[in-house]
Amino acid sequence: MPAFWVIAEHNADGSLARISAEAATLARSLAAAAGGDSEAAGIVVAADPGHAAEQLAVYLPRVVAVADAAAAGHAWAVLAAERAAAVIGDAPDAVIILGAGPDGRDVAGMLAALGGRGVLVNATGAAWDGRLTVEMSVFGGKLITTSGFTAAGGIVTLRPNTVTAEVGPAAGTVERRSAAGEPSIPLVAVLDQVAEVGAAAPIEEARIIVSGGRGVGSPEGFDLVREIAAELGGAVGATRAAVDSGWVPYSQQIGQTGKIVKPQLYLALGISGAIQHKVGMQTAETIVAVNRDPDSPIAEFADLLVVGDLFEVGRAMLVALRARSG
Amino acid sequence: MHIVVLTKPVPDPAAAAERLGPDGRLDRAASPSVVNGNDEYALEAALKLTEAHGGEVSLLTMAPAGATDTMRKALAMGATRGVLVTDPALAGSCVRSTVQVLAAALRDLTFDLVFAGADTSDGGGGIVAAGVAALLRLPYLSNAARIEPDPVSGRVQVRRITATGYDLLEAPMPALVVCTQVLGEPRYPSLKGIMSARSKEIATRSLGDLGLSAEAVGGTVATTQLLGTRRPPARGATQVVRGSAEEGAREIVAFLESRRLI
Repeated sequence: MPAFWVIAEHNADGSLARISAEAATLARSLAAAAGGDSEAAGIVVAADPGHAAEQLAVYLPRVVAVADAAAAGHAWAVLAAERAAAVIGDAPDAVIILGAGPDGRDVAGMLAALGGRGVLVNATGAAWDGRLTVEMSVFGGKLITTSGFTAAGGIVTLRPNTVTAEVGPAAGTVERRSAAGEPSIPLVAVLDQVAEVGAAAPIEEARIIVSGGRGVGSPEGFDLVREIAAELGGAVGATRAAVDSGWVPYSQQIGQTGKIVKPQLYLALGISGAIQHKVGMQTAETIVAVNRDPDSPIAEFADLLVVGDLFEVGRAMLVALRARSG
Repeated sequence: MHIVVLTKPVPDPAAAAERLGPDGRLDRAASPSVVNGNDEYALEAALKLTEAHGGEVSLLTMAPAGATDTMRKALAMGATRGVLVTDPALAGSCVRSTVQVLAAALRDLTFDLVFAGADTSDGGGGIVAAGVAALLRLPYLSNAARIEPDPVSGRVQVRRITATGYDLLEAPMPALVVCTQVLGEPRYPSLKGIMSARSKEIATRSLGDLGLSAEAVGGTVATTQLLGTRRPPARGATQVVRGSAEEGAREIVAFLESRRLI
């Protein structure tokens, strides 16, 4: 019976990344569905993996914490891929789950090459039905495919917000190991880690996104977008036009050349809903739009469209929200 | 400085005409083909660097034979030449095969840097470049917001975007860098560029030329398979509100309350 492995990502402060709690929850449910002696387990690779490993063990019965001093001064992906490959071994029926963000992708690509394993990317769902089946949203959300591996196992990258993280029945064990051996892929030195003002939580993980487009008109215009986002407890998103204009950092860009998001609420302010943006947000559970043009493309896929000036409606909305929260 | 840019022809997302053929593979005849959007950012970054440091930019593409038309658009932006790996056996290739083929093609090329786009608009996985770097044992620097090669020291520095800012990475060349849009908007080809692209060399290579066989890579040994498809559930009808800003705002708040979002 297969083993379901999660290679956990951690935040800059050493805590477990939210996507990895989601991946762990998925691994646990898949192992339960596969039955037999199927096992769900996690791997944390870091200079000091203890904190993230303890957090991961809340979701999984077994966690292997690999302490690797090299992770302190080198790019993480190579070490994560090499150490995880050593822990997992070459069992062909291993199912390895990672987040579909930049770090998870880097590790998935390396692991696939090192072990010759197949990869199913950007999973929006996964189930065990005698074999692993993975759902993906393709062609800009027009089609949902279900795919499997031709071998018994493989690698899956998981979209954030696909699974709701749920703790396991009992805390798992943490097995501590030290990294052994030189990686076969060259290490890349990290000379400096720079924190930038205004860097926000990963937008892919946000439950609520308030997003602005060309219609916002200026960097100052985004102050209103930020205020509404703060009032709703959400993150700020943007179209490529707004990012290219320098009003918002690239990390907040949603769409074809930016992030793909699936929040519970997407509030689109001054966004026409062109296909390049639509592909990044159309699977949001609820889409609310404010736009002057009732014939803009977003009118075809929003749940609620308020025809009007985004600043006037936005300010009135802030007043209404604040009155409500008293 | 010689930079190889991995470029992929993809169905034009703006046409929104993508569909699968009866074999479960992308129906390439259904959509006009364009250079993958994120690859254009990588190409632009490569062109700027070779303009500053001297040298040449080559394209490396794995695609059906007709991809030369799309490659000409990238050549028109300023790349010097292209290599197209094309073979009927490669239809239906999975990520593992794509990685192996691109790595084999790169082994035959001379370069200081390999650039790739963040992901493709059709496959969307964003994992092929990491696999290529792993197979070739190349230093891998991803999510790049700035790329500064130093031909004298033979090293490259990259600002890698992180959740909280950026990491400054450094590695010896040759190395593989995954580019982002932050590097700058791709140029439009000039008329001169379009004219000169017509006579630029596109070398085609088969699996055999790369020392690979259809038993090792390609559609028949794919590691993944399509099991089924379905249409996503249709969104409900759009509720449209017109009136004063206050009315609009009230409607939004009431709507969010009704869906328990606030």
